[in-house]
Amino acid sequence: MTETSEKKVGIISCSGEECVEGTISRVAARLVLGKLRSNETVTICLPLFLAGGREEREFARDYPTITVDGCDKMCAKVSTERYSGKPASSIVVTNLTKNLQCPKLSARRKLDNETMTVTRKVADRIAEEVDEVLRHWV
Amino acid sequence: MKSISSQHKKIIVIPCSGIGKAFGSISRDATYEVVENLRKDVTQTLCLALLVSGDQESLQLVRNNQVITVDGCPLQCAEKNVKLAGGNLAGSLRVVDAYKENRQLKPRGVTFLDNDGQQMALALAGKIANKVDDLLVEQ
Repeated sequence: MTETSEKKVGIISCSGEECVEGTISRVAARLVLGKLRSNETVTICLPLFLAGGREEREFARDYPTITVDGCDKMCAKVSTERYSGKPASSIVVTNLTKNLQCPKLSARRKLDNETMTVTRKVADRIAEEVDEVLRHWV
Repeated sequence: MKSISSQHKKIIVIPCSGIGKAFGSISRDATYEVVENLRKDVTQTLCLALLVSGDQESLQLVRNNQVITVDGCPLQCAEKNVKLAGGNLAGSLRVVDAYKENRQLKPRGVTFLDNDGQQMALALAGKIANKVDDLLVEQ
């Protein structure tokens, strides 16, 4: 995790392995972390919450987080709430894809061009939420 | 390769899918290679996040089937979480072990694996498949 003495927003992706939406959540989160809002965001490995990641839990308690879930089981949101606190914002990929007039999504292992287009839109949405969180930072 | 019967219970392969470094992506890609290609009839994967969130169906799945975990870093989140869930942990592999055996490879990409990362994932997938075969023989 990067230096946290400044304003940072934690992005917590479910990265669900069983479905393509989990891959979309993961890649979209990476696009935000690496390109769209690289200076304003850090990520936290979700499984670390249970595996003894004290730093991760403390970060998510002390700093605002945005959870990105692939499906409506919302594992990232549920686990963040359980171990650290309510996320500042929560995004569910399947909710977004309903509204994006999506083509048939690709296989979960490798995203095709059309699914990457959807993924970039999810990343844009996460970036907007980051801006919103930072705008209301007190 | 030893003969494999699809009559066996499924072996669950769970990667850590760590999102911060290439090794997490390698654990994920290696798992997909096993469950979609190398041993697709006898294995399946499971969302680690779903298990972590306490989903009852996932808990039963890891308790009633043999589980192989694939971890990207020394924190071994996949292994630890399966143990915490009371899962039937039958094997634990680490990306770092594949790295030690393939030092010529220098994986870099995280969002998308580069060629070296994909090669390392394939090497690791072979090790996972071997472990699957060993478990099937024991069964």
